[in-house]
Amino acid sequence: MKKWSLLLAMMLAFVLVLAACSGDGGANDDEGTDEGDTSEDTSEDTDSEDTDSEDTDSSEGEAAAGDNVLVYARGGDSESLDPSSTTDGESSRVTKQIYESLLEFEDESFDLKAGLANDWSVNDDGTVYTFQLEEGVTFHDGTDFNADAVKTNFERWSDPEHEYAFTEDNYVYSMYGTMFGGFKGDEGHVIEEINVKGDYEIEFVLNRPLGYFLQNMAMSYFAITSPAALEEHGASINENPVGTGPFKFESWSRDDSIVLNAFEDYRVDGQPKLDQVIFQVIPDNSARLTALRSGDIDVMDGLNPDDAQIIEEEEGFDLYVRKANNFGYLGLNTEKEPLDNKQVRQAINHAVDRQAIADALYAGYAQPAKNPLPPNYLGYNDEVEGYEYDPEKAKELLEEAGYGDGVEIELWTMPVARPYMPDPETVAEIIQNNLSDVGITAEIVREEWAPYLEKTAAGEQEMFMLGWSGTNGDPDYFLSALLHGDNAGSSNRTFYQNDEVDQLLDEAKVSVDQDERADLYMQAQELISEDSPMVTLVHSEPVLAASSDVVNYVPHPSTSESLAEVELDR
Amino acid sequence: MFAYTMRRLLMLIPVLIGMTLLTFSIVHLIPGNPAQVILGEQASEQEILNLQETMGLNEPYVVQYFLYVGDLLQGDLGTSLRSKAEISNEIVPYIIATFELTFFAMLFAIFVGVNAGIISAWKQNTWFDFLAMLFALVGVSMPIFWLALMEQLVFAQELGWLPAYGRQNSRDPIATITGFYVLDSLIHLDFPRAFTVLKHLVLPSIALGTIPMAIIARMTRSSMLEVMRSDYIRTVRAKGSGQFLVIYKHALKNATIPVLTVIGLQTGVLLGGAILTETIFSWPGIGRYIFDAINYRDYPVIQSGILVIAFIFVIINLVVDLLYAFIDPRIKY
Repeated sequence: MKKWSLLLAMMLAFVLVLAACSGDGGANDDEGTDEGDTSEDTSEDTDSEDTDSEDTDSSEGEAAAGDNVLVYARGGDSESLDPSSTTDGESSRVTKQIYESLLEFEDESFDLKAGLANDWSVNDDGTVYTFQLEEGVTFHDGTDFNADAVKTNFERWSDPEHEYAFTEDNYVYSMYGTMFGGFKGDEGHVIEEINVKGDYEIEFVLNRPLGYFLQNMAMSYFAITSPAALEEHGASINENPVGTGPFKFESWSRDDSIVLNAFEDYRVDGQPKLDQVIFQVIPDNSARLTALRSGDIDVMDGLNPDDAQIIEEEEGFDLYVRKANNFGYLGLNTEKEPLDNKQVRQAINHAVDRQAIADALYAGYAQPAKNPLPPNYLGYNDEVEGYEYDPEKAKELLEEAGYGDGVEIELWTMPVARPYMPDPETVAEIIQNNLSDVGITAEIVREEWAPYLEKTAAGEQEMFMLGWSGTNGDPDYFLSALLHGDNAGSSNRTFYQNDEVDQLLDEAKVSVDQDERADLYMQAQELISEDSPMVTLVHSEPVLAASSDVVNYVPHPSTSESLAEVELDR
Repeated sequence: MFAYTMRRLLMLIPVLIGMTLLTFSIVHLIPGNPAQVILGEQASEQEILNLQETMGLNEPYVVQYFLYVGDLLQGDLGTSLRSKAEISNEIVPYIIATFELTFFAMLFAIFVGVNAGIISAWKQNTWFDFLAMLFALVGVSMPIFWLALMEQLVFAQELGWLPAYGRQNSRDPIATITGFYVLDSLIHLDFPRAFTVLKHLVLPSIALGTIPMAIIARMTRSSMLEVMRSDYIRTVRAKGSGQFLVIYKHALKNATIPVLTVIGLQTGVLLGGAILTETIFSWPGIGRYIFDAINYRDYPVIQSGILVIAFIFVIINLVVDLLYAFIDPRIKY
């Protein structure tokens, strides 16, 4: 009997050891919740279980690793550290620190400022752009930055045959193709030639004007890699990034963390202010919040809007709001009955309560949208009246259109959450209710994400939910992609076609006079609003949280901001 | 023994061919165009067509399969569509992370399971036996994700005793040598870090190890009961040996064989079944790797990831079989 107790005691001891491993004030966090979709976007999880407010001691590592290390936690890992070969926001968030492009965006907007080029000019017909480059800039590998490096990079992206294109290793520079009209040899490719005019002067010759050429130059996707590094690392450049940015790459442990160290020879004196930045992957939103509150991390992306209030009320933390750079919409397939009738589309626009959606699902961090373009964009037309929530008006319009007795329409709902649509299923239900109030019976259709995208591009749907996010801060990227007749069947999934709109968009695309462009886009928005091929729902404003120790952190609408000026005040 | 080993090794070949065929077919039955998924909703038609072309998706399935097997034979697991990295390199840290987790999960499962089984057998039909077997029953039927969430809720969030995500402290990363963080920190003689790493292992190990623990406990119990009734145990007892000695020295060895089978099988199951645990605990293991790949329709990664897990599973079974023959010379093949 005694020995049995001995064994039992051993087992108990083991269990106790396990529990005691807990020790004092460990690094702790979370209660995670469900699946944790780790795909490219940030605010994916829609679970909003609040975490309790008891604050646990910060982890033992804090003392160990010096005070000047910023830990930035996010929902998913980077795809690639070669900026141009990916379209993923989590990737550019990191490459933004390592690399620089010829131009840069202002801290909180898409206005342009100098980057690796300190001056630039364009000829009168908008076909020749000349950039003066910063002198005395070195890459992290010690080689010099100059015009040849710029040329090498652009040729690498545009020419699939280029020695550094790495086509056989699955490198695709799709952002380049989108922004510059295709690749070398393609009919639409806009860059005719690139001429090195001197060590620090480079000229881009276009075969036709492109109104947003300069905006493109500031995109983090077109940042300049050291040619010596391309030579050295070849196709593994995506794991060995070498740029001119404020931080240099140290290590990458996949699905875990990316470590960057300060680059001592950075071209701007006194920057960066941090010694080290660590990008930590924590897939679950609430787990990330717990980690922030326990001091394990300093900044967290992808805060659940419902948790924003906790952060605002809690001592020691700051809430940050990214400016809207997207919109979610209910697309109306203009080729399918009864949506081919303009009055029906207008009726649906009046029937949907945008404000209710913004309040219910974004905790107020969204504004109802009246144009298919975020406010603050060039040419945003605030004069457009938009459609008030007015069920009576909607009924009248339906009556006039001959659908007074009611009508049945399919409503396709997205299977994945996106920043512009954090909970598609609930949005679909709200819309379904709104529509039933005016006599429209919406039948909700669910599809897997991949077939969803394919089928909506092919036009199988009637009403459908989707959204769009900006990349270069130019209205063309929204209006042409979504509403130009030429894009019907790919990104234009409403199959909207209005020759007048197409012409306005075409003119705006090739103009380099920004005032003229703004005017053209404003006219286009008026026509689009009248035709109402979609119900623009809301512009969402993603929220982030950070410890109050973090100073000078400014979130950029593109989701990629430089951390060069960020400081820690501990 | 040698002939048996050779025979077992040869038998691997058809198994492996079957595995490649199976993974390849399953992956290609997933609906949706991977090029579309990779490029997202903002991609133009031309971009999708271009990517399909470079990915070789326009080839017939049979051609794609033979290309795939041809590469495999040269040790090339393919290139990830998403990260553009060689899978054979990329996959290694994930496997190591999973191995580390599985090792500790099995350590927990074996230690607790075997001891609970022994005591249950020893004290058959007592309250301990009933309680232990009730726990084992609950353990077997417990959904892992539920257990994991409860652990996080209680030990990480409410009590704040244990970390609930990742393998180490984010602020204080370990310089990796082997990739096994416990080992690495011990090599550095860095005991505080080793302790931190162990703390990170506790919750996921328990979540992952609970089902095998329960299975092992039940297996050990029934196996022990059988052995304890045998004649030689009666002889040992008659000689006046103490109970502890009887059980741990004489009975356990012979009761080990079926338990070993279970341990082998369960280790394989854990390696493949870690997806949930790894996702919930942000553990950068092979389960997460494949889970992410499925989201992206990263065909090569899904195929190779599953293949690698299946391969490890097969190898573990092989080792277990060979161990039988080694432990018990009576077993003849």
